[in-house]
Amino acid sequence: MLETHLSIFMKAVFVENLALSFFLGMCTFLAISKNVKTAIQLGMAVIVIEAITVPANQVIYSWFLKKGAMGWVNDLGVSTGSIDFSTVDLTFLGFISYIGVIAAMVQILEMFLDKYIPALYNTLGIFLPLITVNCAILGASLFMQERNYNFGESITYGVGCGIGWALAIAALAGIREKMKYSDVPPPLRGLGITFITVGLMALAFMSFSGIQL
Amino acid sequence: MKALRDALDKVHPLVAKGGPLAFAYPMYEALDTFLYTPGEITHGTTHVRDGIDLKRMMITVVFALIPVTLFGMWNTGYQANTAIQSMKDAGIDHDGDWHHDIHHMIGFENDPGSIADNFTLGLLHFLPIYIVCMFVGGHVEAVFSVLRGHEINEGFLVTGLLFPLTLPATIPLWQVAIGITFGVVVAKEVFGGTGRNFLNVALTSRAFLYFAYAGQISGDKVWTAADGFSGATALGQMAGAPAVAEGNPAIASLSTIEYVWGQGEPITWMNAFLGTIQGCIGETSALLCFVGAVILIATGIGSWKIMAGVIGGVVVTASLLNGIASDTNAMLAVPFYWHLVIGGLAFGLVFMATDPVSASMTETGKWIYGFLIGFMTILIRCINPAFPEGIMLAILFGNVFAPLIDWFVVQANVRRRVARYAA
Repeated sequence: MLETHLSIFMKAVFVENLALSFFLGMCTFLAISKNVKTAIQLGMAVIVIEAITVPANQVIYSWFLKKGAMGWVNDLGVSTGSIDFSTVDLTFLGFISYIGVIAAMVQILEMFLDKYIPALYNTLGIFLPLITVNCAILGASLFMQERNYNFGESITYGVGCGIGWALAIAALAGIREKMKYSDVPPPLRGLGITFITVGLMALAFMSFSGIQL
Repeated sequence: MKALRDALDKVHPLVAKGGPLAFAYPMYEALDTFLYTPGEITHGTTHVRDGIDLKRMMITVVFALIPVTLFGMWNTGYQANTAIQSMKDAGIDHDGDWHHDIHHMIGFENDPGSIADNFTLGLLHFLPIYIVCMFVGGHVEAVFSVLRGHEINEGFLVTGLLFPLTLPATIPLWQVAIGITFGVVVAKEVFGGTGRNFLNVALTSRAFLYFAYAGQISGDKVWTAADGFSGATALGQMAGAPAVAEGNPAIASLSTIEYVWGQGEPITWMNAFLGTIQGCIGETSALLCFVGAVILIATGIGSWKIMAGVIGGVVVTASLLNGIASDTNAMLAVPFYWHLVIGGLAFGLVFMATDPVSASMTETGKWIYGFLIGFMTILIRCINPAFPEGIMLAILFGNVFAPLIDWFVVQANVRRRVARYAA
């Protein structure tokens, strides 16, 4: 039990790091990594969102979308006409439901930050609502569905994914701050060198590839 | 000496600013300052962290590497000659490649007891790799310095020596050229040259080769410079050793390692410490890496904190893993004093982890950075079946997190001072 959770967590943080081995969530990853402080705060936001949306989507998936998940409707005693709910397969609604949940969560987080941490709200700017369409967040939910995690596992997985992504963006921000001393050829300045940097970081993260947990 | 100086001075107007060959100034400058102490003091951001001249610093590292290099050449020949000897004993003819042809042409034999035979054969393997590395990498560096107008400096001498030492003696020369080009261009020059990169250049080159051409840099065919002979490195054998359930698994799994050449003697700890085992050219001897460490620490170039941090990380992690040793993974039971002498750990911790550019800059950060590398090395060696050796990727991993570690150390410092002045 504990071992499964530990394995899922370590895998999500290091071995299958969303940013550095799947290259998910790149737009935010590249745009908000100019200084460490903001990067860490964005990382926190991603951890919170992942930790809420992955389990929430797990509940939706296992109670409504999965084939046969709606069998419980039959037991309610209400008239269901000719529909046998235990055969209904709504998996095709996965994308829209997940993205809806994520959008709602981000909206709530945004209002919360606006009210209580306005400084962070202002630094994150447009990128906070953009977390909604951040593929790292949706990716985590889809991986959860693909791997059939149960509710407990999906919490661990969500938190792990968030921490992994936050770690990666913080490390990238650290490197980019250090790169203020660099003398990058003009055509590569900005995003170009950042892509190369991320590629080299992924090379270092190769150390985890192949670990069986 | 006077003539040399005069010759250089005569060329100077040609390459000085406004001269007809001004584009070649970095080349002139490199030669001049290699031979003579520069007339001007250093300036600019590259040197912001060090009081002493970068060139003198780099050349000291090269000196610290000389014992390792000389031993590496001898050992390459020794391993190959021993393998050839044992093949002869078994009645197999050894049909060597051009290295061996030259070796015989200039009148040397394959006697593992003869220092000259061993050294010459090793030299014949190491020198082509080194020359290709310096020639190709040097040209890439020169092209960039001409185009970008920065100095060529001895930083490349270090990279160009470290990189061949981390390669197996049988590596194809074209791969050496590709590897060093990737390292110099992608890991260093796109960031603006020496002192501005964030990953160790030699290790990036090696990691690139490792993932791109795994067949020539891992496995059990490449470590001995004798054709048709196969034998894994100590770590490779350990990773492949069956876990022994009875008795003390640590000692049991170690004693089952077969000495792949010779008469099946086991590798003793002393063998691994002295370095008479198979492996990359320069990595085998922990003793001579230690000599290099003494030189680096005495001259203040290598940070003893990083080295101590790595050793601490290795000791702590290996001891913890010893505690959870299982029947399915023999590596878990390997004690730390073995970890320290096998594979490239000693070489990496002395010469690679202490690279002042890619390591942590802050003093507290150096401890954390070193510890992280030691921890990761053991973790990769023990629980990642994909890689028998972990030090290369562990150091690159440490490099990635070094700036972040520094940031946290600096922030903690700022907070402490703010608190102190507020009081």
